[in-house]
Amino acid sequence: MAELDLAEVGLRAVNQQLHALSRESNDLDWRLLNPLGRHSIAVGLDAPAKVTVEGHAGFYCGGMNKQAEIIIEGHAGPGVAENMMSGTVRVKGNASQSAGATGHGGLLVIEGDASSRCGISMKGIDIVVGGSVGHMSAFMAQLGTLVICGDAGEALGDSIYEAKLFVRGKVESLGADCIEKEMTPEHLETLGSLLERAGIDADPEDFRRYGSARKLYNFDVDHADAY
Amino acid sequence: MDPDTPRTTPRKSALFDDYTLSEIRRAASTGIYDIRGGGSKRRLPHFDDLLFLGASMSRYPLEGYRERCDTGVVLGTRFAKTPLELKIPITIAGMSFGSLSGQAKEALGRGANAAGTSTTTGDGGMTPEERGHSKQLVYQYLPSRYGMNPDDLRKADAIEVVVGQGAKPGGGGMLLGQKISDRVAEMRTLPKGIDQRSACRHPDWTGPDDLEIKIQELREITNWEKPIYIKIGGARPYYDTALSVKAGADVVVVDGMQGGTAATQEVFIEHVGQPTLACVRPAVQALKDLDMHRRVQLIVSGGIRNGADVAKALALGADAVSIGTAALVALGDNDPHWEDEYRQLGTTAGAYDDWHEGRDPAGISTQDPELAKRLDPVRAGRRLANYLGVMTLEAQTIARACGKTHLHNLEPEDLVAVTVEAAAMAQVPLAGTDWIPGRGY
Repeated sequence: MAELDLAEVGLRAVNQQLHALSRESNDLDWRLLNPLGRHSIAVGLDAPAKVTVEGHAGFYCGGMNKQAEIIIEGHAGPGVAENMMSGTVRVKGNASQSAGATGHGGLLVIEGDASSRCGISMKGIDIVVGGSVGHMSAFMAQLGTLVICGDAGEALGDSIYEAKLFVRGKVESLGADCIEKEMTPEHLETLGSLLERAGIDADPEDFRRYGSARKLYNFDVDHADAY
Repeated sequence: MDPDTPRTTPRKSALFDDYTLSEIRRAASTGIYDIRGGGSKRRLPHFDDLLFLGASMSRYPLEGYRERCDTGVVLGTRFAKTPLELKIPITIAGMSFGSLSGQAKEALGRGANAAGTSTTTGDGGMTPEERGHSKQLVYQYLPSRYGMNPDDLRKADAIEVVVGQGAKPGGGGMLLGQKISDRVAEMRTLPKGIDQRSACRHPDWTGPDDLEIKIQELREITNWEKPIYIKIGGARPYYDTALSVKAGADVVVVDGMQGGTAATQEVFIEHVGQPTLACVRPAVQALKDLDMHRRVQLIVSGGIRNGADVAKALALGADAVSIGTAALVALGDNDPHWEDEYRQLGTTAGAYDDWHEGRDPAGISTQDPELAKRLDPVRAGRRLANYLGVMTLEAQTIARACGKTHLHNLEPEDLVAVTVEAAAMAQVPLAGTDWIPGRGY
């Protein structure tokens, strides 16, 4: 395992070394020491590396990740794993707002709570939150799955498109065009598989499913007050 | 009534003119605001309200076409390892695949390449055709993040963070279901045929302090190589420019309210934002106050049509301009050749603006493959290259007449205004006087 100390070599050098990795690299297992809340740690990775951030990260940690498995052994700032394409980002602690924003693929696991706008504009990413999420989560969510093992704040799934939402706890309120939907065996299987991949022990039967009513997909003057 | 009694000629209201009346009737019938493309159509103070003072005795002109007047511009000299070097200070503004046909995007690339300048992607991502046909391509980073991909970020020559657009500062994208074809739907991860609504602000940052961090992330991902532009709608140009500089922009793009759009509410296009002319001096002043003028480059867009507009924008302090609507016209948009079909759509060549409906007879603002085939990208690209060449020649001609060896040597002192409004907005004297409104004598 290779180690890099952010306090010693700095962010630029760390990211440069991680960007240089490829599938053929000799050592794909890295530990990043002393993150100290720095921003943009391990962004833009494109190799099947395992990168462990030993502490708290600032904004956008793991942003636009492809292939890599990134583990944050602490809390994460806003926009963790934003626009992730593939791979995994796991936050052992809590995450700030906009976790997984616009993510196109891959899996984001937040073992603690996530703040507001978790999964905003998600486009195919799967997000599993061990705790609760804040308001406006999954706003304009287009594709992918958001699993919330705790509670959801106000306006969950506002203006949602085709993303799937599963919530085990209570939902403060649903946003525009978001409704509760039937949980079919297929959904239970999907959810169970995701929870297993996330390493979170929860019974899919305890969850409720939410998604788009699709009433706002084409403008209708009689729905104008819903926009 | 006695036929010999004079009758009053019917008089229509200036306030409730025919257009206004028709819009009230349309709104009452449909229950939705009017949506259209293009920019503001109303008469606003513009570069036409400025005139150049050619050289006579007190200034020494250059020989037209003989003495050198350079046109090159380098964009992104502040932080980027590889700034964009353009032969002319006229760039092609961001217009999306989705809004425009693939043929139109290809033609824009071909024309820009021939002229030695850059094109820009739009809301919807980068297509292989577009990258393939544009030697210098600016990748827009938009609130919607449709098709946003780190591989494309790395393929780009520059990145433009779109915060606002002149036609709709504060407004989000709008692409109606008619134009969401299979390919557009796939690029945007949306169901086919829906009315796509994209957010008016970025999902993961909420202000200039956050944007500074976001820009750092983009730089880290792209190895600090690409210039980062920030595009703002022309609403509060002084403060927005200053904050863009603070956030780390290499280039600031200020888009005035004559700037176009693929589709938005008519009321937005005509009633939000400031005229382009009014945006230039405050943006330049912000750069000067921060000692960043020419160190952070300024691109001005919004209704740029000819070499005189280019020269005037540069004289007021811009480093380059950007064109969108004019480039589409150069490709063949609104061409009288298609008049019969424009008539069938209830409009006329020169007034067609329902780009969101996807029925563009010229094959430019459409996703209909049969219509799109009408545009020959090679020929259309040649037309755009010609047009860019003419604009450049025109600007050079004016600059030489003012005694300048580079377009960037034009200055406010070369200008006067023919209206008080333009004099105030451009901060140049009213013609025949020394008076700059707001400054006194």
